Amino acid sequence: MSDAFLKADVRPTADSANKKVQHGPWRDAARSFAKNKTALIGLGLVVFFVLLALVAPLIAPFDYKAQVLSDRLKPPSGEHWFGTDDLGRDIFSRVIYGARISLWVGLLSVVGSIVIGTLLGIIAGFYGKWVDMLISRVFDILLAFPGILLAIAIVAILGPSLQNALYAIAIVNVPTYGRLVRSRVLSLRQEEFITAARALGANDGRILFKHILPNSLTPIIVQGTLGVATAIIEAAGLGFLGLGAQPPDPEWGKMLSDSRQFIQTAPWTVIFPGLCILLTSLGFNLMGDGLRDTFDPKMKGR
Amino acid sequence: MASYIFKRLAVLIPVLLGMTIIVFSIIHAIPGDPADTILGEKATEQSKQALRDQLGLDKPWLQQYFSYLGDLLTGDLGNSIRTRAPISEEIVPYLAATFELTVASMLFAVFFGVNAGIISAWKHNSWFDYICMLIALLGVSMPVFWLGLMEQWIFANELHWLPSSGRMNARDPLDAVTGFYVLDAIIQGQFAQLWTVFKHLVLPAIALGTIPMAVIARMTRSSMLEVMQLDYVRTARAKGLSQFAVVYRHALKNSFIPVLTVIGIQTGALLGGAVLTETIFAWPGVGRYIFEAISNRDYPVIQSGILIVAIIFVLINLLVDLLYVIFDPRIQYK
Repeated sequence: MSDAFLKADVRPTADSANKKVQHGPWRDAARSFAKNKTALIGLGLVVFFVLLALVAPLIAPFDYKAQVLSDRLKPPSGEHWFGTDDLGRDIFSRVIYGARISLWVGLLSVVGSIVIGTLLGIIAGFYGKWVDMLISRVFDILLAFPGILLAIAIVAILGPSLQNALYAIAIVNVPTYGRLVRSRVLSLRQEEFITAARALGANDGRILFKHILPNSLTPIIVQGTLGVATAIIEAAGLGFLGLGAQPPDPEWGKMLSDSRQFIQTAPWTVIFPGLCILLTSLGFNLMGDGLRDTFDPKMKGR
Repeated sequence: MASYIFKRLAVLIPVLLGMTIIVFSIIHAIPGDPADTILGEKATEQSKQALRDQLGLDKPWLQQYFSYLGDLLTGDLGNSIRTRAPISEEIVPYLAATFELTVASMLFAVFFGVNAGIISAWKHNSWFDYICMLIALLGVSMPVFWLGLMEQWIFANELHWLPSSGRMNARDPLDAVTGFYVLDAIIQGQFAQLWTVFKHLVLPAIALGTIPMAVIARMTRSSMLEVMQLDYVRTARAKGLSQFAVVYRHALKNSFIPVLTVIGIQTGALLGGAVLTETIFAWPGVGRYIFEAISNRDYPVIQSGILIVAIIFVLINLLVDLLYVIFDPRIQYK
């Protein structure tokens, strides 16, 4: 199907023949991405889980909170596709609603890290001197803690909740993006087109947001996509430790820790939530790898 | 080299100071009165005051920080609120347990990761390559705690091959000499117990080592692929060396720097991942120590535990930087 789509796209019509030269870098990137099979599998997984999250209320056969104690720990069947948990709740419905939580935490925390990290990185890289010193040292210090441990510490301060887990994951990952943007700014600052823009009278704000930021976008996108995978696993980990989502929220990590004592009698209670974490993060990882190959062909195959 | 080490250590000082500030702030960032949070709302005013005195919470902020720093420099990590024991003594067996688990995981990860990467690059585009890369791909996306649960279910609960939790049979304890059970068993010549210790190590080490193994395999493969195309490798082949010698003796040496970096980063990451693995396998390590402290609101333990792990993490990174020189004499430090 994708082949036909591509051919249709390439075939020059009277109209597009004249514009052919103007193909932007984004379009080239999209085409190269579409040729990458593993990247497409990743995109497929991501789209699948996003759709699942969006239409959860429509397709979930049961209420994810509804407890039917007479149906405790029932194995997968026609009625309950993924079986039921220790409170007789339908695992299929809970897993679908769980996609909402995991994607929400994953995406939002990454957006948070990117916004804060980019701002700090730009300030550090553009203004240099003591500002750079200060910000870079803060990044060093944050990176000196193993990620999940720092997140645990932050949640220990703020108190266990899904929202605080989100904040913790966002804070922990800020230096990753901060350093990335800082190094981009440092190298871009030396480029001639920045000097040209300055000669034309552009002020700092214009140079930063119209010239430097757009040119730093692709590494941020790649890192961000891979970051969603990490954030989802970290959020599930915090949930598993009881430091993230609280009952009755059907968070995947929390579902695992609630059901682990039944693993011998009812393994389905543990298998399906875990598979969902694995597949979602696999999707984002594959997509991120694909995007990196697309934007930075030198890295291909790494 | 000596001056490089000196400079590298000098850069560490602000980082270490910053870490102490963050860790120190943990107790002060608690919303409301920390004494309320730690002891609960129902505690008597008297016991709350006693705790405030013990932790010095009534003193000015800056004074508290400097006395905290002073205590740290003399090796005083404070006392646990729950057990009242000095943390610097209490934490030692937990650190030993984590250290043993981390070393086992890293041995597993490096051995399988590096070899899988090498063979994948050697037999590029073969079925072995594809399977290895598929496993590596799944490995980096794997939630450690789920992998641990699955291992427990399959290998302990269903097949009964390996014990599902703990470091040792509770009924057959080992006299702790060093705290590292593998060493202890060897020193005392208890080879039956050594076997038991080993069996307890397998599942948690594999769970914890899977992500690093995957990352190491991917890095080794890509680095080897690059090096295998270089002229000197062709020369080695032309000399008539066996393929094995070319790959393992010539190519591996020059592709090892990026692999070493990854090994260093991953060893540090293991310390974080250990919290989850230790929880699942009831492994009495420092991750569990910190986690239980969080459940008990034992803030001094949380603070010191996190600080110690972070310091170890920083030292590992330093060590990796220094190892570069040994592996690649071209790197000159000025």
